Amino acid sequence: MSIDKETIGHVAHLARIELQPNELDKLSGELHAILGFIDKLSNLNVEQVKPASHILPISNVLREDVPHVSLLPEKALENAPGKKGNFFTVPKIIE
Amino acid sequence: MDFTQLTAHELLEKLKSQQVTLKAIVDSLYARMQKVEPKVKAYVRGKETGDFSFDSNAGFLKGLPVTVKDNICTEGMLTECCSKILRGFHPPYDATVIKKLKENGAAIFPLKANMDEFAFGSSTENSYFGVTHNPWNLDCVPGGSSGGSAAAVASDEAIWALGSDTGGSIRQPASFCGVVGLKPTYGRVSRFGLIAFASSLDQIGPITKDVRDAAILTGIICGYDPQDSTSVNQSVPDYTKSLTGDIKGLKIGIPKEYFVDGMDLEVKAVIEEAVNKLKTLGATAQQVSLPHTEYAVPVYYIIATAEASSNLARFDGVQYGYRAQTDNLIQMYKLTRAEGFGQEAKRRIVLGTFALSHGYYDAYYLRALKVRTLIKQDFDKVFQDFDCIVTPTSPTSAFKIGERVQDPLKMYLSDIYTISVNLAGIPAISIPCGFTKNGLPVGLQIMAKPYNEEMLFRVAHTFEQNTDWHKLKPKL
Repeated sequence: MSIDKETIGHVAHLARIELQPNELDKLSGELHAILGFIDKLSNLNVEQVKPASHILPISNVLREDVPHVSLLPEKALENAPGKKGNFFTVPKIIE
Repeated sequence: MDFTQLTAHELLEKLKSQQVTLKAIVDSLYARMQKVEPKVKAYVRGKETGDFSFDSNAGFLKGLPVTVKDNICTEGMLTECCSKILRGFHPPYDATVIKKLKENGAAIFPLKANMDEFAFGSSTENSYFGVTHNPWNLDCVPGGSSGGSAAAVASDEAIWALGSDTGGSIRQPASFCGVVGLKPTYGRVSRFGLIAFASSLDQIGPITKDVRDAAILTGIICGYDPQDSTSVNQSVPDYTKSLTGDIKGLKIGIPKEYFVDGMDLEVKAVIEEAVNKLKTLGATAQQVSLPHTEYAVPVYYIIATAEASSNLARFDGVQYGYRAQTDNLIQMYKLTRAEGFGQEAKRRIVLGTFALSHGYYDAYYLRALKVRTLIKQDFDKVFQDFDCIVTPTSPTSAFKIGERVQDPLKMYLSDIYTISVNLAGIPAISIPCGFTKNGLPVGLQIMAKPYNEEMLFRVAHTFEQNTDWHKLKPKL
């Protein structure tokens, strides 16, 4: 399967990465080569195979529902590029 | 006196018998760094030497410093994943492995080890802070992504170190730098506080000067952690008890798919000699087959990038790190990520987002998960009849800086022998087993069943004690 520039542009938008035209060109060639290599997987018949979402048998890991101390707001905000009180601040989203 | 060439267990003995003070050890470490760090560049943020407080009365490890990769959270100590996007990040907590080290009396070395940005790479050339050089040949890469940790240990700028391994990032640099590197079984070591790359593959592990040090460090960092829901609740044995020096009667499998075209002939010869050595020590070796080996790299580059694209969504300029200045929120996300991530990170995020996106999910991601099952089954089958599997760690010795950086696919193929181990969740170790004619180290990889790190230590230690490769030092 090949990938065109329009698709890459769309995917980059979904991933919230602004790509420059020259980056898009370069990425297009590189992804084409990588996907060409990956296409090898279509040689295999995997119809009867179960997907390995977890490689070792662990499932439904839940902790006891007991209160405990977690990260304090002021600690969690220590690295924030923008903050006000106990909140992160970002540019306005609603006009 | 220079103590930097000694292993951690040798230093611990000397500390216990008061033949040396912790201060003398730390002083000689800094003296060594002054001499070789300008050439090797294993550490990042060299100017921020920080206060190094040490306490030789502290617990079992007596204050010995451990060098830590820049993607493992150390409270209050800069941890930036060698990325511009995490610039200035001081973690508000310690990773579980750091907590365990401290509880056992280790000091955390105040400089962090260089790595490929977000562990994306096999050469440490993708670091925001610049390239680390291989101590055996400064024109070559140290491997990656834990290249800083491996180069620091190999050049005696570190006593021992922690790295992380998602597709070979501990074992391949250990191999390139001539030191010991272990990736534990998936779930053995808590990932809490490891900045995530691919959560179903990532494991933290030791990079050390010999197998005994690896056994000690693994024993400390292993164990159940309720803060990592994939951590396994199983008791941790005393791994030093596995260092028996006896491998008589062990059955070793040699996968034929690992000895094919593209493999360096010198590496092949060194590995064959190492296998012969294991035979003379009493093991038997027989060819086995891991038929889906050729699919491991494509499967990996779908699963790892898909998981990375999801994990790296958190770097958006809101909670920490770099933020681009603009008054539009969506633009803020897009520019922060455009300016904050390096080329390889962008490449992987786009590839991973594509593999997960509508219309492509079944063809790529789901198919990759199914082939992952087949790869795991290959190993299960071999381990029914064999105690361990022995392979080269890498198809070549260390390559030249710049040689593969323009060709991502070629770079991805550097990990062809290490990736399957992460996909199957099994443990593996790389140990020094010889050199090429040009004086570059070659690593021997040993793999075992899940939770059988003891087998790795037993075989690796026996080989090591009957060879001298681990004693050789680079001339710097």
